[in-house]
Amino acid sequence: MVRAPRTSKPKKSPPQANARSTEEIALGIRRRVFEHTIRNNGGYLSQACSAAEQLAWLYNEELHIGEPTPPPVPEPFGGVPSATNADYHTGAGYNGPALPHFDRLIFAPAHYALVAYATLIEVGRLAPEALGQFNKDGSSVEMIGAEHSPGMEMHNGTLGIGLSTAAGLAWGRRRKGETGRVWVFMSDGEVEEGQTWEAVQAAAYHGIDTLNAIVDVNAQQCDGAMDSVMDVRDIRAKFEAFGAVVAEIDGHDLTEMRDAARISHPGQPLIILAKTSPFQSMSYLERRFPRLHYVRFKDEADRAATNAAIAAELGVSPVDYAH
Amino acid sequence: MVELVNRPYAGAFEAYAVTHPEVLCLSADLTSSCEIDGFRDRHPDQFLSLGMAEQNMMSFAGGLGLAGFRPFLHTFGVFLYRRPYDQLVASVAYPRRKVRLMGFLPGVTTPGGMTHQAIEDISVMRSIPNMTILETGDATEVESIVEAADSVDGPVYARVLRGSVPRLFDTPIVVGKARELSLGTDVLVITAGITTEEALRARAALKKAGVSIRHIHLSTIKPFDARYLLDHLQSVRHGVVTLENHVTEGGIGSLVAETIADAGIAKRLIRLGLKDTYAHGGSRPYLMRTYGLDAPALVAAIEKLTGEAFGITEADLDAVRIDAVHSAAKAEAL
Repeated sequence: MVRAPRTSKPKKSPPQANARSTEEIALGIRRRVFEHTIRNNGGYLSQACSAAEQLAWLYNEELHIGEPTPPPVPEPFGGVPSATNADYHTGAGYNGPALPHFDRLIFAPAHYALVAYATLIEVGRLAPEALGQFNKDGSSVEMIGAEHSPGMEMHNGTLGIGLSTAAGLAWGRRRKGETGRVWVFMSDGEVEEGQTWEAVQAAAYHGIDTLNAIVDVNAQQCDGAMDSVMDVRDIRAKFEAFGAVVAEIDGHDLTEMRDAARISHPGQPLIILAKTSPFQSMSYLERRFPRLHYVRFKDEADRAATNAAIAAELGVSPVDYAH
Repeated sequence: MVELVNRPYAGAFEAYAVTHPEVLCLSADLTSSCEIDGFRDRHPDQFLSLGMAEQNMMSFAGGLGLAGFRPFLHTFGVFLYRRPYDQLVASVAYPRRKVRLMGFLPGVTTPGGMTHQAIEDISVMRSIPNMTILETGDATEVESIVEAADSVDGPVYARVLRGSVPRLFDTPIVVGKARELSLGTDVLVITAGITTEEALRARAALKKAGVSIRHIHLSTIKPFDARYLLDHLQSVRHGVVTLENHVTEGGIGSLVAETIADAGIAKRLIRLGLKDTYAHGGSRPYLMRTYGLDAPALVAAIEKLTGEAFGITEADLDAVRIDAVHSAAKAEAL
């Protein structure tokens, strides 16, 4: 499926030893988000199905980032940026320090925050207890990722603004001679926003080839299946027409993902379209299609049945939640 | 006769930017209209054309700020907040990026009509946490706006005058400091931007009529020193008139009203500006006359506050300065 020529650029290895395989981490993400969703009586579960491999691969293989700097258990919400909040910091420290040679990750779809936190836990950057603070009052582990939430560097909750910011950051870092790249994790619903296309054309016009994005093409959005909400047509052709180099892959196939990231894209941003299933490894969710954006249970029987069925698929015991 | 300065922004921006490499010049297809065409031609490596795409420009600038740069965004003021409002808040204001929003053609200074006239920009910007708002009222302020804006630790929105601009002041903008143009004891007049020049048209006639005017010119609208204003409010007998190139909601008139109410003092206030209305396309003198933003409107308000009729006629006021619709100082007739 990958059509563009490949480069001989050496693979960047993360500074920490990969104790676990990317496949194991992806499974761990799904198990963790599943457990949380059952305990919490609802959650962004389908996003773990579609995005687990992409996030596991980014953190375990592709991103060249340093050791996390904040404490493993996040500090409580420390206030918003203001002239008087001198101690303010973002959640980017969980992706390591912002040094010139390290990559930066812009997490564009803030609604995937639960999956992001699960990923950080699975790769050892965040303590498992952090999920206990999820969506709790006074916590920084917010339901919609804020810029003070673990792994986040800016607010992207309005969707469609992350790629532009990443392009500006990448342009600025290149001008300063920094060698680190900027990676963006995106969702396909963002292509409905005109700003996405403004960002791609600007990145191409300014030759920002240190900008890379992987897009979770799960064809889902808040209202349901994307084609029932807005027909976005051939997004590969559109990204290419606006000036990106595009790879289209099976988003659950790590080999295709690795190959796509090696595509040479001088003078152009790279967009990897990772086609995914919103019920990958949790086929029990398919019966909910097309209402997958936020999984909630209609009654206790639904919750119990979902618990039993998905636990079996994921090879874990059903979650022993408080009734 | 007042001195007119041709394109004061162009030279001032270039002089400042060439000695500050972290300053970047961004434009959204209004490069010559914002007087940065010469800079683009002479310093292309410090200039980024981002096209007619303000939403991306705003978030892109946020990214540049995150990388340590201080981008100056150049376009008409109206295009810096109406279309890219979400990006302005999320990508620039919240994270306190040092993004400098240079808003040209404030209020009714453009004949471009509703789509071009930034008439509620101050109201919008005032309500955004972390934002600083500056406004230029003469050539000296335009010449100093670049350095003043760049001194702010956070995002800045500036209303910038272009083309042929009168010189009224001989000292640069100091962020946070108002100008005391007269210190009378009858009526306090508060102006900013082009309304200061307008108020000065009535200065001689009001003096001749025997009314003692205390006139404050604001070049920093946010942050705003309420205690400073209260001192002036307490120093006049009759009350205060605000005259602004903006709607009367959320701008300088509102600022003064809030200050009076917060302090619990009794002081009459007349707010002059666009009265909950859009303007339309026309010349600046025509629009200022039509919407009551001019010297006769100010005189009438002062008469109302003092309860006296001064008998001041148009002939008693300094002449209206009329810009040529087409001139070498402007890129287009807008």
